Amino acid sequence: MQWISRQSYFLDYALSSLLRRKWKNFSLIFIYGLIIFMISSVLFFSEAIRKEAEFILEDAPPIIVQRILAGRHELIPETYMTQIQEIRGIYKVTPRLWGYYYHPASKANYTIMVGNNGPQNDDEITIGNGVLRTWGTISDNQLFFKAYDGETIVLNITDTLDATAELVSSDLILVSESTFRRLFGVPEGFSTDFEVHIRNLSECPVIADKIVRILPDTRPILKEEIERTYASLFDWRSGYIIVLLSGAVLAFFIFAWDKATGLSAEEKAEIGILKALGWDTSDILLLKFWEGIAICFTAFVPAVIGAYIHVFLASAPLFEHALKGWSILYPEFQLNPHINAYQLGVVFALTVLPYTLITIIPAWRVSTTDPDTVMRQF
Amino acid sequence: MICIMTGLTLMGGLLFLYPVFVAENRQNALNANKRLVKELRLTDLCLFTEARYTRHPSQADLHSAFQDHPMAFEHFPSGSLMLPPQFIHSLVSEEIQ
Repeated sequence: MQWISRQSYFLDYALSSLLRRKWKNFSLIFIYGLIIFMISSVLFFSEAIRKEAEFILEDAPPIIVQRILAGRHELIPETYMTQIQEIRGIYKVTPRLWGYYYHPASKANYTIMVGNNGPQNDDEITIGNGVLRTWGTISDNQLFFKAYDGETIVLNITDTLDATAELVSSDLILVSESTFRRLFGVPEGFSTDFEVHIRNLSECPVIADKIVRILPDTRPILKEEIERTYASLFDWRSGYIIVLLSGAVLAFFIFAWDKATGLSAEEKAEIGILKALGWDTSDILLLKFWEGIAICFTAFVPAVIGAYIHVFLASAPLFEHALKGWSILYPEFQLNPHINAYQLGVVFALTVLPYTLITIIPAWRVSTTDPDTVMRQF
Repeated sequence: MICIMTGLTLMGGLLFLYPVFVAENRQNALNANKRLVKELRLTDLCLFTEARYTRHPSQADLHSAFQDHPMAFEHFPSGSLMLPPQFIHSLVSEEIQ
């Protein structure tokens, strides 16, 4: 109990000491908070989108088989299907037809697919919500396409995909098989790739290996690889995000170091007076520790709250430009709020601990000098 | 000062409760996405639509980022947000050794 009341006196004194230099400390807290806000936003965003991708892509096809020609993805002949089907453990091989369509009016790329539950009639299409938003030249629910041979094809919008599923379907245009072939000139007997269904999913790598041995010009893509791609896609621990952020963090620590090492004459005199009044070096260090904690806490909590609101309630508007890149079409989606102790621990370790250490060392150097000398300097 | 800190802590606590209130809505959206992935046999999220290797990162062939000509540089901005495959790092470090 005595220990707690002693610490509360230290905290009380530290807070009153900080309030005496409120403008200096306010600017420090503001910049510190900004850095923590950026780091937390990146962490929250990357972790949330990684979790969503993991959940959403759980039902992705177990194996996709593509044909590669001169290092490029090429149309695959449907005769390959019979050879793949003969491999033991495979129960179904389905061809997939999909491709990209560049629409000059909106300057955007769209994904055109032949879907399972897509339109039945050749002049009908089902579109994602992003298409509706960006196409630009929709008239009477009709979209005009230019086929591979220059012919204009008019297709009627009969349905739109679920608006809540924009994260996977924003740029999708579903067409019938014959319309797809007419649009792109894909000959009968060829597909974009195959979806391979397997009885026992643990056999995927073995079956993929067998496919490559039978058909050496193919490339099987396992669901595991798709999941891995998305796990590393938004990994905050590497890539440019952390390089850019580490620059900002370093700049902040140089700023904090400069503030802390250049203890003002007033602060040095305060330490001298406290020592002359009978305070130990350990007491001075404890005081400086509490000052550091108060600054960190005042910056940390609002910054983390701000990052949470930025990412989960406002859909990360500050990252929008970076994420959009050159995309004209960007899905509108809200991330599922997800924070764990590990993430908060990482932000804390990256920001609070180094700051506390940086500020304690200069205070220790002043507090070990003779109080008389310190006060004389003042 | 202590009042402000307490207020902030309480607000931080409320944010931990927010997911509980929106759980049903968000789960419905996630399920809709998942259903569509199964129905249409999709493989990728629609995040960057500018190039095929950014629209379908898991499906793109390994050369698609440098597709324009031999020795071409990858030039779409979202390429800088996406990571190269992990094995490339190990290949480079082996070469250095």
